[in-house]
Amino acid sequence: MSAETPSKLQKMINAGHLAVTSEVGPPRSADGAVIEHKANLIKDYVDAINVTDNQTSVCRLCSLAACIRIKQMGLEPVLQMVTRDRNRIAMQSDILGAASFGINNILCLTGDHQHFGDHSSCANVFDLDSTQLALTVRMMRDEGKLLGGHEFGVKPQMYIGAAANPFAGPNVGLRVARLAKKVAAGVQFVQTQCIYNMDTFKTFMKMMVDRGLHEKVAILAGITPMKNVGMAKYMKNRVPGIDVPDAIVQRMAGVPKEKQAEEGINLAIEQMEELKGVEGVRGFHIMAIEWEEKVPEMVQRIGLYPRPQLAA
Amino acid sequence: MRLQYPTNVRIIEVPCTGKVDIIHLLLAFEQGADGVIVVGCMEGDCHYMAGNLYAKKRVQRVKEILDRVGLGGERVGMYNLSSGMGGRFAEIVREMTNKIMELGPSPIRFAKGTAVRAAGEVAA
Amino acid sequence: MIKAIPKPMEEIINYVQDCTKLLIAGCDGCVTVCEAGGLKEAKVLAAALRLYFTQGGRQAQVDETSLTRQCEKEYLAQLSDRIDQYDAVVSLACGVGIQHLAEIYDKKVVYPGVDTCFLGVNEERGLYSERCQACGRCILAETGGVCPIARCSKRMLNGPCGGSEGGKCEVSKDTPCGWELIYERLKTLGQLDRFETPTVPKDWTTSRDGGPRKIVREDLRI
Repeated sequence: MSAETPSKLQKMINAGHLAVTSEVGPPRSADGAVIEHKANLIKDYVDAINVTDNQTSVCRLCSLAACIRIKQMGLEPVLQMVTRDRNRIAMQSDILGAASFGINNILCLTGDHQHFGDHSSCANVFDLDSTQLALTVRMMRDEGKLLGGHEFGVKPQMYIGAAANPFAGPNVGLRVARLAKKVAAGVQFVQTQCIYNMDTFKTFMKMMVDRGLHEKVAILAGITPMKNVGMAKYMKNRVPGIDVPDAIVQRMAGVPKEKQAEEGINLAIEQMEELKGVEGVRGFHIMAIEWEEKVPEMVQRIGLYPRPQLAA
Repeated sequence: MRLQYPTNVRIIEVPCTGKVDIIHLLLAFEQGADGVIVVGCMEGDCHYMAGNLYAKKRVQRVKEILDRVGLGGERVGMYNLSSGMGGRFAEIVREMTNKIMELGPSPIRFAKGTAVRAAGEVAA
Repeated sequence: MIKAIPKPMEEIINYVQDCTKLLIAGCDGCVTVCEAGGLKEAKVLAAALRLYFTQGGRQAQVDETSLTRQCEKEYLAQLSDRIDQYDAVVSLACGVGIQHLAEIYDKKVVYPGVDTCFLGVNEERGLYSERCQACGRCILAETGGVCPIARCSKRMLNGPCGGSEGGKCEVSKDTPCGWELIYERLKTLGQLDRFETPTVPKDWTTSRDGGPRKIVREDLRI
């Protein structure tokens, strides 16, 4: 977790507070007001706001433009960047552009294959992968150098993040090893895949702690509240890399339909309370999918509101 | 014309240098040759059009291989002579022999025990 | 055919330097035709490696062989009675053959001896050039028998680009502009009307973009 940047998220984590991040998914149109609306819903309850980059390969308003808008609202954006759609020229160019607007957080992702999205017949790029993107950002920030060798003066001050999925089984050790590789590439914080299987997550964290990796990278536990039993089943059966234990599906199914949303929030709160006690967890990344309005309630209920104020 | 040339040369006749392949040259070294020269017709005079040109490329390739595997590419060479240039042939053989004497035995012969390093060399 | 070039000797030496029993396995298929990995190349590489080991004072056995095709397990079986005695195999087949060998003999260390390059033609001996990218959906009927995906540097479907000059590609003056070739061929064939119809965005799912590919021919399977 070396390399100090002006990132407020980094300062919050380094100050020892449990950090809270959430995300805004841009619209599938040119309507920038949607971003402002969603950001306003959560702004007082989170330290930074991720903006997804054409998530699940569905074409949306671009992450960079949305991040600039959020920055101009006086908030702290996390630029998500997937390597699926752009080559190293385009990505480095976007990183320089983001930094020119004072964006200080980047989440380096490979991205879902376009097979899952609304343009499944398209060509993909994958010139770099997520680890290589992290290496690239670190080189740009620390050495002021592009992959092509060009050296420049004003460097992008990026706090470098990545994703990790402890649940893409069967081998948890492989997932720890992969994250170790990302850390070696310069990743400073991690937002995990949505956690439902606590046992697997704890096994993952124990292996991280045993290797001392939790001191090298800040792990923000990924939380996605379930809206209803249908969503629980969908995530269990249809979303690659998500592990929803049967007990959770049954719990959601065990309450009447009109109470399921509340049950989903209760479940998330219980999980977060439990995760607070897991060594190495440095905060939460709440992905309330098309349910941003629930983020304030969740942050309040787990006692992380109001957010600590950092000295300027 | 009675031309003298060193007796440590073994001549292998082929119908055309185009017949000489890379593997033949490498096998000569494997079997302990300290140096090999390929002597073909003058460029442009090949009875088979390009046999000597192919040989030239192959000798070049063998030079590269010998450099890479630690024998040194200077142990192999290609020369182009006409049938009336016996004197030049004897001269080339003498030159090559002298060059090989300077280089010393091939490392393959040391490894196989058919040559012994000079005392000074071993101490070094 | 698949075109390949031999790997630099240094790279191969670097892989095998700690071996004492090594098999160089050529392939009698495509790599023999482009003189990168047939029996002849296997013999040369084996001899070179023997020289390398011997001059370094090392006792190493380096044998060579060549299989009919390394992309078929029936031919790979030709190695079954002898492969156990080797520390490693250097395969001179294309990437397909190398992987298939490693797959069939899953405990054997297998090193590549060639760099596999493309699907192309022999223009003349020692001169091979690309013709097909195996995109899985052939459009040669529309492009006068010249593939813009393989032969245009930008794989444009509505070329040529503005960088094409004098019939040559902007990337290299040694490369003919694929779209210039298409235009001239369509003209020769009296099919220039095809040229002015815009080609819509291509479905790349049958190409590498769709993920690793597989053909299942139920009409051939039992």
